[in-house]
Amino acid sequence: MKLFKQSKSFWFFILLSLAAFGIIQALIITGMLNGFYVNTIIFVAINIILAVSLHLIIGITGQFSIGHAGFLAVGAYASAIITMKLQLPFAAAIIVAGLTAAFTGLLIGIPSLRLKGDYLAIATLGFGEIVRIVLLNVDYVGGASGMQVSHLTTWGWAFTCMLIAIIVIVNFTNSTHGRACISIREDETAADAMGINTTLYKVVAFAIGAFFAGIAGALYAHNFYIIQPSNFGFLKSFDILIFVVLGGLGSLSGSVIAAILLTIISTFLQEYPETRMIIYSLVLIVTMLYRPQGLMGTREITSLFKKRKAAEGGTQDDSKHTVA
Amino acid sequence: MELVQQLVNGISLGSIYALIALGYTMVYGIVKLINFAHGDVFMVGAFVGFYAIKILELSFFPALLISMAACALFGMLIERVAYKPLRNATRIAALITAIGVSLLIEYGVIYARGAQPEAYPGDVLPKETIDIFGLSISSQSLFILGVSVALMVILQFIVHKTKIGKAMRAVSYDAEAAKLMGINVDNTISATFAIGSALAGAAGVIFGTYYIKIEPLMGIIPGLKAFVAAVLGGIGIIPGAMVGGLLLGVIEALVSAFGYSLWRDGVAFIVLILILIFRPSGLFGKNIKEKV
Amino acid sequence: MTQSTPLLKVDNAGIRFGGLRAVADVNVELFQGELVGLIGPNGAGKTTFFNLLTGVYVPTEGSILLNGEKLHNLAPYRITRKGISRTFQNIRLFGELSVIDNVKVAYHSLAKHSILSSIFRLPSHFSGEKEMDEKAVAFLKIFGLDRYKDEKANNLPYGQQRRLEIARALAANPKLLLLDEPAAGMNPQETKELMNLIALIREKFDLTVLLIEHDMGLVMGVCERIYVLDHGQLIADGTPEEIRNNPKVIEAYLGEEVS
Repeated sequence: MKLFKQSKSFWFFILLSLAAFGIIQALIITGMLNGFYVNTIIFVAINIILAVSLHLIIGITGQFSIGHAGFLAVGAYASAIITMKLQLPFAAAIIVAGLTAAFTGLLIGIPSLRLKGDYLAIATLGFGEIVRIVLLNVDYVGGASGMQVSHLTTWGWAFTCMLIAIIVIVNFTNSTHGRACISIREDETAADAMGINTTLYKVVAFAIGAFFAGIAGALYAHNFYIIQPSNFGFLKSFDILIFVVLGGLGSLSGSVIAAILLTIISTFLQEYPETRMIIYSLVLIVTMLYRPQGLMGTREITSLFKKRKAAEGGTQDDSKHTVA
Repeated sequence: MELVQQLVNGISLGSIYALIALGYTMVYGIVKLINFAHGDVFMVGAFVGFYAIKILELSFFPALLISMAACALFGMLIERVAYKPLRNATRIAALITAIGVSLLIEYGVIYARGAQPEAYPGDVLPKETIDIFGLSISSQSLFILGVSVALMVILQFIVHKTKIGKAMRAVSYDAEAAKLMGINVDNTISATFAIGSALAGAAGVIFGTYYIKIEPLMGIIPGLKAFVAAVLGGIGIIPGAMVGGLLLGVIEALVSAFGYSLWRDGVAFIVLILILIFRPSGLFGKNIKEKV
Repeated sequence: MTQSTPLLKVDNAGIRFGGLRAVADVNVELFQGELVGLIGPNGAGKTTFFNLLTGVYVPTEGSILLNGEKLHNLAPYRITRKGISRTFQNIRLFGELSVIDNVKVAYHSLAKHSILSSIFRLPSHFSGEKEMDEKAVAFLKIFGLDRYKDEKANNLPYGQQRRLEIARALAANPKLLLLDEPAAGMNPQETKELMNLIALIREKFDLTVLLIEHDMGLVMGVCERIYVLDHGQLIADGTPEEIRNNPKVIEAYLGEEVS
């Protein structure tokens, strides 16, 4: 009967988010939200996609990847080529962006996911830099001066993609496949000994994460008028990493909340980029020192609404897990 | 002739990488932490050297020493404030903290003095070209190489012949056992950060005198590349970091020499990924398998 | 299966780490349904031997056959799927997962629903997950762990964690179960319960069990045959009675009580 309950909360979630979508859409149509706010809201949606896609890789599967901006870049450029060079519709661009990034994810994931912890982190960081340098050197996409892109991203597109990303990742996580990934995070040797094809699941998580980062890239590119390799440096990767870490490694709702909060904060600090980075870095350090499990730990926001069993009550709060 | 000149450039650049890589490798060897902020210590060293030369009107060597001393203190401060409380935390928590510290230093410096670059005065070191066997080599390149090699020799001496060096080796081998043998682990770790950071500071001053331009974000790329150099040589292995640094500098110079200078930054990361995949323990490392 | 074809045949297997021979020339034969002990002083290579059997290490010499099939160079997860499953000396549960989810991870290789059917929530996902859930609940009942099923594995008391690890290993549906010091850290009462449990599961699941243990009472009490490792080499094998009186074994344990 648990299954029935799950799908009930699923429909509740869909209903709630459609309502949120409707309200914002209405506000946009009636002109009550000006361009600045619309842009911010779209940006929140894009960052949520990035956060949940990295959450799958780091929070669920425990693979410490810090080159996520590389996939964002691949998606952004792939989509820009589709719309600007090939004059194809935006929908095609979004799908191609996702697939190209997923393919890149496979390409980079298969060799590098044999590495663990710090080494994987550095390899993915290196990968992100390689993507940027390749884009810098390819004249077809404009080199350092970048590509002109039309403004095609609307709140509708951003919302739809965000909803799909969340649903896919939640559905994946709450299944035997998601459990396989979590078992890798918890103890890779034991997962292997239980018959889990750890390499396969690491690569799958990486590819799904890259897919959605690519889609975010398409939305990102078409929300600006120009994209340049310098938009996708490792500072961008760190931005995404902060959502996941601050939200709580292993908590999807945590990373969504962190993405919303930090996007709004950084929008208001746009005029003061140094202040923003200093606040970001201090938040990062203080979080690691005093609350390394992040905002939510591995819990989800839905668990706060459920009646907790007395036996579970207090013990869960101090839980932390090792990812390395 | 062009190629030889490039090779000399590569070795000079490589010796800067090597100096930074030494700090990475020593710190990793002792606390198993990739100290992302290390590249920023290098940047701070370059600025300290710059102000020492420009404002205090010192010559190269006093500036170098001041910068090394300042960076040693700075490195110890970073360790005490940010890393020490995390010694028993997860590796990921420590890595994220290191990233945070790195960002904090970069943007703290920008906040304090702005993002604009500075130029080292051109006359810190005599600029001549020396002819050896018909090859013209700039005296600066040779000078830089000489200073770097001297620092590495001093480091080898410290690590192998002094008490603190012995303690460092003991702690990196087995911190628990070292503690039981009466070694002050905290002080040893501090000393490691101090020595590593001093070398990074020296690298900063050398970088400034050679490449002139310095700016607050200058530490990121050389820092990452020095890490690549450390991994290339085998992380935790001091001679490995030297060889790795020189090798990386030479590889980059060769890539430039063959006309792919725009790809230069990419090559380091390709080297990194290749070495991680095919020989993760580095050129000089031994393969260690996880204990089950 | 006749007595002439062993379930597990280890033929002159060994492994070197650099110049060091951690395990060498080990010959072991296990027959269907046996409960066999593996003992030896600390550092004798017992866990290393388990790691060879489960593919964590690849033997540098000799061969290992399960039902006549060579296991050489198979990834650990493949060996598990062929029918060898294990527990670990230092408990390795999936701490943040619930008790029931720990067992479900072991069922994963039998899952009939694909990744896509889970993502799109196709009917096969629901039926597959439901089947797993029911199987896991029934399974936990056997071990008396069903009342903890939604508890995080980390929050279980120590003895129950050991129990859960054995349950999880069994859920992977092995023909051969390897237990690495299952009684470590248990009090005599818990050890006794564990012995009963091992006897019970062997009966119920038609298993072959190989057991590393320091607790001589437990080994002598439940095992039909015993192998003794010392310095990476087999120095004796036989019934508990034979092992007890074997001078080589007594010498290896030098001073330790063997009875």
